[in-house]
Amino acid sequence: MKVIIIDDEPLARGIVKEYLQSIPDAELVAECEDGFEGIKAIQQHRPDLIFLDIQMPKINGFEMLELLEGPPAVIFTTAFDEFAIKAFESNAVDYLLKPFSKERFEKAIQKYLQHQNSQQTQQLIDAAAQSPSQQNRVVVKDGSKIKIIPVTKIDYLEAADDYVKIVTVDGTFLKKRTMSFFEQSLSAYHFVRVHRSYIVNTQLITRIDPYEKENHLLLLTTGAKLPVSKTGYAKLKEVLGI
Amino acid sequence: MLLQYIMLKQLKIDELHAITDSIVSNALLAICCFFISNNMKYYVPRREKYWYILVVSLTASFLWMLAQQGMMWMIFPESDNYSEVIHESWAIRFGAGYLLISSISMFSLLWYSQQEQKEMDTRKTESERLSKDAELFKLRQQLQPHFLFNSLNSISALTGSHPEKARHMIQQLSDFLRGTLRKDEQQWNSLEEELKYLELYLEIEKVRFGHRLQTEINYQEEILSMKLPALLLQPVVENAIKFGLYDTTGEILIKLDATNDGNNLKIIVQNPFDPETSQPLKGTGFGLSSIQRRLFLLYARHDLLTTRIDDEKFVTTILIPQMDEVKPKI
Repeated sequence: MKVIIIDDEPLARGIVKEYLQSIPDAELVAECEDGFEGIKAIQQHRPDLIFLDIQMPKINGFEMLELLEGPPAVIFTTAFDEFAIKAFESNAVDYLLKPFSKERFEKAIQKYLQHQNSQQTQQLIDAAAQSPSQQNRVVVKDGSKIKIIPVTKIDYLEAADDYVKIVTVDGTFLKKRTMSFFEQSLSAYHFVRVHRSYIVNTQLITRIDPYEKENHLLLLTTGAKLPVSKTGYAKLKEVLGI
Repeated sequence: MLLQYIMLKQLKIDELHAITDSIVSNALLAICCFFISNNMKYYVPRREKYWYILVVSLTASFLWMLAQQGMMWMIFPESDNYSEVIHESWAIRFGAGYLLISSISMFSLLWYSQQEQKEMDTRKTESERLSKDAELFKLRQQLQPHFLFNSLNSISALTGSHPEKARHMIQQLSDFLRGTLRKDEQQWNSLEEELKYLELYLEIEKVRFGHRLQTEINYQEEILSMKLPALLLQPVVENAIKFGLYDTTGEILIKLDATNDGNNLKIIVQNPFDPETSQPLKGTGFGLSSIQRRLFLLYARHDLLTTRIDDEKFVTTILIPQMDEVKPKI
């Protein structure tokens, strides 16, 4: 069983390492001090299980998982994060609250060995993405680099099969998420779903023109033109107060 | 009473009648006024108080007239001359009585409502002071659970490998916690004491974050005696550390400069941040709002805490006005 520990505090990694020594056939293949190192190590070693802290530099534990294709089984370790704990409980994923005892640690390993929990992980990632600390930014992969996009820098979003295309001043990025997810999480930041395939940053709208029968076309300050459906136009009118 | 006696004398009423009449009517009037003002002591009308006074005064005057006439009739059952005079003077008597009663009730109304107002004001000031004290206390001892549990986790890790270091860290954490629990005593500390307390906190954080956290504190000996509110510095630095550590990767340097700026103690805290991904200029944000609130409660000023972005550094500046003698109560 290959294991990776990802935590930004050296002593916190140390205690997991110490407890791991008494688990037969557990092999620690890497220790990482942030999510970026974590992604690299996971892609390189393909571990069976990772111990993952939540509050870490730049990207948190959940955001790191979002960026992985087929994430491994996870045991979360966290000191105090009300939101995360709620997310764990509602998704039946095991987590260790720091400081934790050796007995509690072994129990978590036992639980992992009995039923490996990778499909619950996806639900957990979706739940965690609604946390207040994550709602104001989107983490994407740009080739081999990782980019953190503050939502205020997003022009609009476009549906693209299983992905959502995120259009910003700095370029276009793909994220594996649903449109309805973004519609909900971005509603607090002046975004409106104006069409089945488009969610727009209403602060960039310069003009809305009638177009064909019941549809409209809107123009952004960036020059982009987006179609507006009938229901989308109603929503837009409500949000803009026109 | 004398006035009434003279007037009655002029109306050719004999001595005995005039004296009795004045005594009886004035005594009754006095009783009336006493009742009304006493009543006001316990019940001050709130709405339509002027109508209340009008009605009460009219009723009282009327009763007074009835009572005095009744009494006079009982004392002097047959006195034609006198009863005629009484009969003719009822309007004047009623008018005079009404004027007196209504002005007395008006006066007591004003007096008692003012008393009540005064009492309410005292209560209000008192409750405001209490809630301000409570809020300041709460702001002062805000403890981050994240910090506490992570420190305990570090201690737990050290107990296996370095028991001596673990014991040392428990000592530091205890001293730190005791500092946050200090209640009313010492609301103002010298910079020296506050820096000592800050040092404790930084030692713990350095054990947690290892090489990633570097700190630099600059000050001159002579400003160590300057005063600042207790436990103000540590949350500012805590905020800078959190902001610096979670917004960047690699090593970070937290810099603190304390200087004497006019009659103010000026403290500047710097931490690195990533301008690409953060938008720290929304208000003061980043946990500094409670510091700002505290400074406002102490000095009634909003301009003592300012933040700015200097290249890739986030800079927090705090001014602590120095008062020579009287210091505001925390």
